[in-house]
Amino acid sequence: MQMDMFLDQFLNQAVLVKYTPLILKGAGVTVLLSVLIVLTGLTLGAGLACLRAYRIKAFSFAIVIFADVLRALPPLVLILLAFFGLPNIGVVLSSFTVLFLVLSLVLAAFAEEIVWAGITATPKGQWEAARSTGLTFTQALCYVVLPQAVRMVIPPLTNRAIAITKMTALGMVIGVPDILGQATTAQSFSANASPLTLAAIAYVVIFLPLVIASRWLEQRFTQKGS
Amino acid sequence: MASTYNEKGTPSSATLSVRALHKSFGVLPVLKGIDLHVQRSEMVFVLGPSGSGKSTMLRCCNLLEEPDSGAILIEGDKLTGPGVDLNKMRQRIGMVFQSFNLYPHLSALGNVTLALRRVLKMPREQAESEAIAALTKVGLSNRAGHFPSQLSGGQQQRVAIARALALKPTVMLFDEPTSALDPELVGDVLDVMRDVKEQGMTMLVVSHEMKFARDAADRVVFMDGGVIVEQGPPEQIFGAPTQERTRTFLSRFHG
Ligand SMILES: Nc1ncnc2c1ncn2[C@@H]1O[C@H](COP(=O)(O)OP(=O)(O)OP(=O)(O)O)[C@@H](O)[C@H]1O
Ligand SMILES: [Mg+2]
Repeated sequence: MQMDMFLDQFLNQAVLVKYTPLILKGAGVTVLLSVLIVLTGLTLGAGLACLRAYRIKAFSFAIVIFADVLRALPPLVLILLAFFGLPNIGVVLSSFTVLFLVLSLVLAAFAEEIVWAGITATPKGQWEAARSTGLTFTQALCYVVLPQAVRMVIPPLTNRAIAITKMTALGMVIGVPDILGQATTAQSFSANASPLTLAAIAYVVIFLPLVIASRWLEQRFTQKGS
Repeated sequence: MASTYNEKGTPSSATLSVRALHKSFGVLPVLKGIDLHVQRSEMVFVLGPSGSGKSTMLRCCNLLEEPDSGAILIEGDKLTGPGVDLNKMRQRIGMVFQSFNLYPHLSALGNVTLALRRVLKMPREQAESEAIAALTKVGLSNRAGHFPSQLSGGQQQRVAIARALALKPTVMLFDEPTSALDPELVGDVLDVMRDVKEQGMTMLVVSHEMKFARDAADRVVFMDGGVIVEQGPPEQIFGAPTQERTRTFLSRFHG
């Protein structure tokens, strides 16, 4: 009896069939957002970490403030602020754009700190060897230090990237038609939780391979890391 | 060590000149007026107790440390001062470190080609053939594809020598190149250094390989407390040092 209720509520076949296409559409949005956020966030974060390596006081200060504030704030607060606040000063962005921008910046803040840790952990002798052969500071950074720094921090970087891309689910609150957005809409129309089950399945299908890949990367890069 | 002086007051024949070099770390004076001239194709050995400033002096020679005052000249060209392209000057000064400092993410070949490609702007093929030539000189052309982690300490140091050598520097600086090595690997590195010398390289070497200094060095410099205490041909420094401090230091090595 209870089993029937459970199945009807979470695995209602009619509802599942009806809403699978919608969830798939949502999955497309989630994947697109995730890819954009990871590319933008990691690039921006690594770029900021590099900029910080020049130790120009004003830049370093600004970068630290940026990274600390964005890491301190719950991303949902930023999303709501941007989505409901910015129009009041004449900046109207789509919910997709807001989610993309906020999560990219949050990932950039974490990535900056992580890559910076890698840069500072790279032995001084690497800089010295590079500079002693006539490489400029920028060349030493790009060709010698950054590749080592990034290798060193690939495990935390991947974990953070996964954690932040999962937050695309927060887009629901501002109406982004991602997996969870579609699923909650469907759930309220159908008065049934099965679309949420579909959403959970979709998230697992998308993120489980990434989690497994990150475990593999972690093993690979912590062994060779020394 | 007679040398003629040109109008700038530079010993014109010296390949590397260190003049009135002073350097402090905070309140700690480490170099208190070093004057040293290394002639073309000369191998000068620097000895001295720990903390006497040997590494600091060497690192001042390519401005890894910034001197407080004094001058460094390569073939009469000043390393410091306005309008000097330091990166250009550093191509003329090869450096070999105690801890090798090979780039762990690059193969032996990649370690050697990096500066050839990025500093000298050689096309890839040319850089690679130059790098292979340099690796051949250190006896490691067959290890070109190996990563540093796949090489022994002695091999790593030889790759590091090849990396410096490939830029065809005017002078090479060695900071205790063998002291991080297991004893059985020291010989290979010293052999390479001897070859490099025989090909006419000008070399300034900080090392405590006394036997090698005796055989191969043209001149031995003894440093203590941030000054050069005494210098001369190895037979003189090892056989008949004139300064008490030199004798005390050397007696610890002769037992
Ligand atoms: N970056 C630095 N900051 C502060 N002090 C330093 C620094 N580098 C060297 N020193 C100090 O300068 C002094 C000389 O150091 P240096 O490394 O030149 O000596 P060394 O003759 O090479 O000794 P060793 O034989 O142990 O290598 C030491 O007292 C050392 O502690
Ligand atoms: Mg030293």
